[in-house]
Amino acid sequence: MRDKIEKLLLPALALGAFILIWQYAASHYPPEQFPTPLGVVQAISELVQQGGLWKDISISMVRLCAAYLSAVLCAIPLGLFLGRCRPCLRAIDPVVQLLRPISPIAWFPLAVLWFGIGNTPAIFIIFMAAFFPILLSTVNAVRAIPDIYYKVSRNFGARPALVFLRILIPAAFPGIMNGLHIALGTAWIHLVAGEMLGADSGLGYLIINARNYLRTDLIMAGMFLVGLLGLLLNRLITAGERLINKQWGITTQEQ
Amino acid sequence: MNNGRIPKISFRNAEKTFYSSSGESHTALTAGNLDVYKGEFLCLVGPSGCGKSTAINLMAGFEQPTGGSVLIDGEPVLEPHPDRIMIFQDYGLFPWKTALDNVMFGLRCRGIKEVDAKKTALAALESVNLTAEAKRHPHELSGGMKQRVALARALAVEPGVLFMDEPFAALDAFTRLRLQDELLDIRKKRQITVIFVTHDLDEAIYLGDRVVVMAANPGRFEDIITVDLPYPRDRTEQSFDHYRKKLFHAFNLVHNSERKHSNTQQVTASL
Repeated sequence: MRDKIEKLLLPALALGAFILIWQYAASHYPPEQFPTPLGVVQAISELVQQGGLWKDISISMVRLCAAYLSAVLCAIPLGLFLGRCRPCLRAIDPVVQLLRPISPIAWFPLAVLWFGIGNTPAIFIIFMAAFFPILLSTVNAVRAIPDIYYKVSRNFGARPALVFLRILIPAAFPGIMNGLHIALGTAWIHLVAGEMLGADSGLGYLIINARNYLRTDLIMAGMFLVGLLGLLLNRLITAGERLINKQWGITTQEQ
Repeated sequence: MNNGRIPKISFRNAEKTFYSSSGESHTALTAGNLDVYKGEFLCLVGPSGCGKSTAINLMAGFEQPTGGSVLIDGEPVLEPHPDRIMIFQDYGLFPWKTALDNVMFGLRCRGIKEVDAKKTALAALESVNLTAEAKRHPHELSGGMKQRVALARALAVEPGVLFMDEPFAALDAFTRLRLQDELLDIRKKRQITVIFVTHDLDEAIYLGDRVVVMAANPGRFEDIITVDLPYPRDRTEQSFDHYRKKLFHAFNLVHNSERKHSNTQQVTASL
């Protein structure tokens, strides 16, 4: 009972307080500068009624999927390989460590120069955002595989292909999944940035376009939608990760 | 007992020295000879650092001797082989596979068809009394059950030799005693050769046809005690106590001489 109150009531109270503070703060400014919660709700319904919103959301999702999947397809095989090949990892590590701290946003001028305005620069930036977390978590997951698994496989005379498919991949999977989770978050954050800078459609463009018309309520509506969709994506992948961890017998601390 | 019998496994002056990256060498096992006969239950006992794990890893083919050789059926051991399965203290089960799939793994490695592998695996699980747990994952099993799954996985491929590296050391006393009996049952039925590493003297006397006493600094085979007691053995009997005393005596002697040895070393060092 107490647990239920804590789980539902406390967040509801906090949310209510947040809206109240927002309302209070907004009442000191003209709506063009700081819209009220109600103003943002109206802006959302305006977006929904206009009909363009679904197109923006779906194009953002398509870009996210294209970039994220290509990052997965590049980073996981490379990570599996580097995780098993110590000299290769040593060789490539300085390059990775140098490229990794560069914000994907910093690639924007080059991306536009190379690919023009449209889908490609946004996809490129999301790709850069997702690639490194997946690569590094895959490398670490492979390196963390207990030696005993290989010993057992050798003992039973398992062929290399079997060891790769039946031992290496499943043993590294929870660690890779963790990287996929982190990468989805960073990819989503950079989707908006990428679309603000180099695209003419999508949720990021919706926000930057609203700025051009000084529609602060629409800016906030766009921000709210970005947050909401990010939350949904996170929930989705968390559920997937939990399922896998359960299967693998990894107990994660419940919040 | 070895009159005229051909050894299954032989140490021929086999030696293992490890070299650290700084170039220091550490002799884990000094050159020694040891013969293990087919169908024998041989226990290796000794304090930590006596080379018992090194010895079993050499026999299993996970390590190569740095001098001399280890032979099985007259051939030098170059690699692990499915006819000689190692059981580890920490089980070595794959956590993402069910108990049944874990047992099937060894059979699938041999290219046995899924249907047949499943049949054999279920029979192996039955032989360790785990039929009800076939569909469970390792994290849902107790330590004793996990070690039974590992045993079933080994037995499923019908190996000639079973290497066991402190297999029951992580289990509670009651589970350990039960598994010792189950292991003896299995061994009786299958006429398997078992090499069993332990630091539990009672366990060694209870299980082994012979007990190899090992000593540390440097690791070596020190003595062999033949346990001439019929199975099943009774830990509370006087004859059992006789061997217990014998073994304790062997280790006390080892410890005494070691202490003297290190004392003299200290003296030389202080001079």
